[in-house]
Amino acid sequence: MNYLTRRLVTFPFVLIGVSSLVFVAIRMVPGDSITAMLGTDAGLLTPTQREALAVYFGIDQPWFVQYGRWLLGLLQGDLGISVTYGKPVFEVILKRFPLTLELALLSMIIALSVGVPAGVFAATHNERPSDLAVRIVAMIGQSTPSFVLGLLIIYALSAGFGVLPIMGEFSPLWQDPLANLSQLIFPAITLGFAFAASVTRISRSAMLDILSEDYVRTARSKGASSRSVTWRHALPNALIPVVTLSGIEFGYLLGGAVIVEQIYALPGLGRMVLGAILQRDYALVQGTVLFIALNFMIVNLLVDLAYFALDPRIRLRDR
Amino acid sequence: MNPLLSVSGLRVGFGRNPEANEVVRGVSFDLAAGETLAIVGESGSGKSVTALSINRLVDFGGGRILGGSIKLRRAEDSVLDLTTATERQLTRIRGAEIGMIFQEPMTSLNPVLTIGTQIEESFRLHRGLTGRRATAAARDALERVRIPDAARRLNYYPNQLSGGMLQRVMIATALACSPRLLIADEPTTALDVTVQAQIMALLAELKQETGMSMIFITHDIGLVAGIADKVVVMQNGQAVEQGELSQILDHPQHPYTQHLLHAVPHFASGRSTRSDGPRGNMEPAAAALKVQDLMVRFPVTGGFFGRATGAVHAVEGVDFDLMPGETLAIVGESGSGKSTTARAILGLVRSRGSFTIGVRQADAGQSARPVQMVFQNPYSSLNPRLTVESLLAEPVIATGGRVNAQTRAKMVALLDRVSLPENSLERYPHEFSGGQRQRLCIARALMLNPSVVVLDEAVSALDVSVQAKVLELLVDLQRDYGLAYLFISHDMAVVERIAHRIAVIYAGQIVEIGDAKSVLSAPQHPYTKRLIAAVPSIDRRHEHYELDTRQVPSLVRPLGFEPGRAEWTQFGPDHRARAET
Amino acid sequence: MRIFRAIFAHTSGRIGGTIVLLYLFIAALGALGLTPHDPLMQYRVDRLMAPNATYWMGTDLFGRDLASRLMTGIGQSFTVAFFSVAVATLAGTALGLTAAWFGRLWDGAVMRSMDVLLAFPAILLAMLIVAVFGAGTWNSIAAIGIVYTPIFTRVVRGPALSLKTREFVDAARTFGSSGRYILTRHLLLNLVAPLTVQVTLALAWALLTEAGLSFLGLGTQPPAPSLGLMLSDSRNLMETAPWLMIFPGLTIMASILGFNLLGDALRDILDPKTRRSRA
Repeated sequence: MNYLTRRLVTFPFVLIGVSSLVFVAIRMVPGDSITAMLGTDAGLLTPTQREALAVYFGIDQPWFVQYGRWLLGLLQGDLGISVTYGKPVFEVILKRFPLTLELALLSMIIALSVGVPAGVFAATHNERPSDLAVRIVAMIGQSTPSFVLGLLIIYALSAGFGVLPIMGEFSPLWQDPLANLSQLIFPAITLGFAFAASVTRISRSAMLDILSEDYVRTARSKGASSRSVTWRHALPNALIPVVTLSGIEFGYLLGGAVIVEQIYALPGLGRMVLGAILQRDYALVQGTVLFIALNFMIVNLLVDLAYFALDPRIRLRDR
Repeated sequence: MNPLLSVSGLRVGFGRNPEANEVVRGVSFDLAAGETLAIVGESGSGKSVTALSINRLVDFGGGRILGGSIKLRRAEDSVLDLTTATERQLTRIRGAEIGMIFQEPMTSLNPVLTIGTQIEESFRLHRGLTGRRATAAARDALERVRIPDAARRLNYYPNQLSGGMLQRVMIATALACSPRLLIADEPTTALDVTVQAQIMALLAELKQETGMSMIFITHDIGLVAGIADKVVVMQNGQAVEQGELSQILDHPQHPYTQHLLHAVPHFASGRSTRSDGPRGNMEPAAAALKVQDLMVRFPVTGGFFGRATGAVHAVEGVDFDLMPGETLAIVGESGSGKSTTARAILGLVRSRGSFTIGVRQADAGQSARPVQMVFQNPYSSLNPRLTVESLLAEPVIATGGRVNAQTRAKMVALLDRVSLPENSLERYPHEFSGGQRQRLCIARALMLNPSVVVLDEAVSALDVSVQAKVLELLVDLQRDYGLAYLFISHDMAVVERIAHRIAVIYAGQIVEIGDAKSVLSAPQHPYTKRLIAAVPSIDRRHEHYELDTRQVPSLVRPLGFEPGRAEWTQFGPDHRARAET
Repeated sequence: MRIFRAIFAHTSGRIGGTIVLLYLFIAALGALGLTPHDPLMQYRVDRLMAPNATYWMGTDLFGRDLASRLMTGIGQSFTVAFFSVAVATLAGTALGLTAAWFGRLWDGAVMRSMDVLLAFPAILLAMLIVAVFGAGTWNSIAAIGIVYTPIFTRVVRGPALSLKTREFVDAARTFGSSGRYILTRHLLLNLVAPLTVQVTLALAWALLTEAGLSFLGLGTQPPAPSLGLMLSDSRNLMETAPWLMIFPGLTIMASILGFNLLGDALRDILDPKTRRSRA
């Protein structure tokens, strides 16, 4: 069985595991679900009302029936009803998702377009002052939490320029690209900064390793110039670990969006899930967490596909 | 006549303080057009650094040229000193005027580019060819190195080709733009001996065709005997002797050259085998180890659910016996199943068949584990985090023994026996050289008083002079303790020195077995003949290499496959070969 | 002791080591109550004072001394980081080592479970755990510990698998060494170096995650001082009292930087592969 089939075969198993974990986690909330759902208001319910609600939410059934129904619902895109929004969870998620996705992608674009060239530059200037400078910046960048950087940016903008990043209502990219970008650029920098630092560090060390490989020496013995050696021979090999990192980091970006959306008061998925946790809207928490995990898994599957395209050793291993 | 290349007083150093780390210390030689120069030396002699200095690749490995000159006569008859050439000049010379091939073909080609792209690059850089014309040129280059089906192979990635094929691709790349000088840095060291012979023959033919000069770096003076015109012998960064080939081979002046020629194993077609074997004595002793119908198969899985679709028949019906005090060498090329045989005997892989391990009616202290093993790589067969004392104690603890004063005394005695310093016990493996580590491994194997020691390529990773010393030690230990050795090796020169009997293994089966002298001097099976013909030898230097491009057959068989019974032909009292149908 | 000398001979090790030692010292002072003021005491008259001789780093909205709160907060963050990394290291090492050693079904079960955990972005998983069990110090420790367990499992399993095929393990089998001996002396002992590096780097992430959780209000609960919470509280006072943001921000950054630098240094010192590529 080759690499790709193996990945595709395990995918649904992991998906089942992920959904079960989320399901079980939410059932482990102390107290019964109605109380958990309605908070103090639950005290006002009559036993009949309780019963009715329990039937409505299906929690009068044994856990395996609940789980079965829930899984069946999942397959149809039914994640339950959000108590706070009074709408289907899936609908609530879909409305918020574009912002979070765009934020994560924009951060990734920023991080890769800054990090890869910076890493290559540092590696080709190994042990020189410019390399040292890049390494110091990357080290500090990797150690700067988004919530510190975000607050510093807001402070610098307001104290230095007297402007505040636009908060509040989100303008989607397809309606007003300019407003959209001016709204998301600072959050994206905040979110992508540490990632850019990691990309720089990993592309630097990968380039350094590869520049000492035998095949780079071969290329030089053919008369390839330093530029051609760097970009044609070394970089495609050095991108392989960068792709791995990008897959893993995408998850961190989706997670980090919670914090960044909170700082910049952006109405995205992350901010919503935080609100849902604080308001004990468990259907929404459950649905959102699952939705984000699914996205993360899909991205990692895409990363594996990218490997397949990038590295003939993986592609051809089973022939 | 003006030389093509003239190196004088070359000095090269490494690191932050190159003056203090001088690796090449004043080397001079001349090379005329069309000539082949061999630079011979062991690791650390500076031979590779000298080669890499010529096209200045040494700059990229952290080296610096400290002095001397490297004068190259260029095509238009001007002379350029490469030590002062600019990087821009050098990129025009590399590949166009000086080509180079390296030791490890597996790692010397870029894994993410097709071999076609990599050959085309030379034409693109130096001839300005692009597109279809570059592809056509690359195809011609592949055909020139006798790669069949060249047009299709252009689209292959390096991991789809064998080591020998990759080395041909490397040669095709290096020779793409017809350089007048080819530098070959140990180009066959990583290859099997029959493949080595093919590559050597190919290089000789190409040299004839193109009239290029060649610098051939090697540790094996026997290898270049058939191809070199001149030889430089290097030791510790200096050229200790140089001259015409016949001069060096027949009248070596420097003691180190004499050492390389005489102390180091060279293949002598069975004339230097041992004569102290235990067989032929009147009384037939009980075998120390008897292996019958040994079989190792690894399932091959495929399809969606990983069902077994066949099996790799790695070892197939191997029979032999081994007398106390005897060395049986199992020789074969990579993938022949020789190491798997060793591992099966030690129980490291699942196998079928029977072993009889004849423990001579045990003396006190006779081993609980009568078969012990010494592995190929002295760097990975000792746990780097344990002291020598813990390493030597492990077999004792494993067999339920106690580490007491008696055990320690034994450790000290064994260390002394394998010529390691007394204070070794508290030290860690990294404080020892490769040869010393292999001595440690031998001492460890002897801790349990085994009757049989399996030596799996035990000297292959060592430098030639170290090899000779470890072999001597092994012979001494065999005499002292009456050990039986199962000596697994690919190196015929080494085998000739140590074996009493030889079993030749090919595609998982023994094809010929017998006393060392008759197998090596009068091989009977076609494969043995081919193998022995491929071994480089100083004596046979005037013989012509024959090109033989047969590949080792696939060992993957369909489910339920059972091979037919072997038919054997007897050729002497102790010499038989499998009859091929 | 040799390792300490090596760390302090290494440039980034020297900086990182100093920072970490300094933080440990401050955390110890905080834990012993040796702070300039009571971190919980509200000096109402001295609300929102800029840094001065009495309050070295100023005071917050309730007149509490920022410096004292930072000192106790560091102790709090370090406690969570150390315990959660300890949990992750122990669990991850046990799982990774046994997965590599037993292989087959156990390996598959362990690694698929880890895949499930890894399918969640770290902070989100931590949030989910906190959402279920409630916020608080011990729950933060459990959450962060669980989140980083799969990483340790992978860090251990990969090298353990390759160690398992090394010739010294084969040699041990030919002597008949017991599984326990091979696991501890041949595998675990050789994993100490990569684990040390990983533990150091994980401490940096754990500090980051802890601060993130408490920034979101899901970590340490007020009034106990916590760096993330202090930072979060500073948002509305950014223009009037920027020190409330700057000092906790720098404190968090420097602590993470310290462990990152130390981890880098340890990798250089302990990992022969990078040592080779530097040579």
